[in-house]
Amino acid sequence: MAKQKEEKQTMPPIGSWAPAVALGWLIPGGGHLLLKRTGRGLLLMVSVTSMFLCGLMMRGAMFQPQTGDLLTTLINTGGFIGDICSGILYLVSVWLGYNTPDMAGHVHDYGTKFLVTAGLLNVLAMVDAFEIAAGRKD
Amino acid sequence: MPKMNLSHFEAAMLFSLFTSVVLGVVTKRTDRERLHYGLYTFACFVVALFGIGWLMYLGHG
Repeated sequence: MAKQKEEKQTMPPIGSWAPAVALGWLIPGGGHLLLKRTGRGLLLMVSVTSMFLCGLMMRGAMFQPQTGDLLTTLINTGGFIGDICSGILYLVSVWLGYNTPDMAGHVHDYGTKFLVTAGLLNVLAMVDAFEIAAGRKD
Repeated sequence: MPKMNLSHFEAAMLFSLFTSVVLGVVTKRTDRERLHYGLYTFACFVVALFGIGWLMYLGHG
């Protein structure tokens, strides 16, 4: 039993899952589409992209990594990681010059959270794509 | 890029919807379970939204 569990937990070869995970990062839902899970891939793509676009339309702020006290470092670096996990959505918006400062107001605040959460949801999608590619999940 | 101006409630509902869809899709193993889990998480978000909203309203005095 323990041996079976150990066998299940062994890391599959990188070539079997890396393309799906990398594409899943770059294009939300792309990993699922590559693995022929079209319906789920499209749902993920629509949800993550819509959430990111709503964040942009609410003029949410993008985080920049900052150091300082522990809380500042955690919030800004964590937020930055969350932002870049949206892949091409983040890259294109930064490339097109999106740079809204952090402003007061509940709409901007929600926008900032939408942008970070879109990236974090994409991380979940990437983990799911990894599990499918590794054969741990259908 | 058009600007979106939502109320707290609308923004929180939108957040709940997108998050529930993703959680439903990535968590379970069959489509039926995914649909149920997505609806369940959405319902939990809505209950929490109203519950915490009322709590803040009553706590504010």
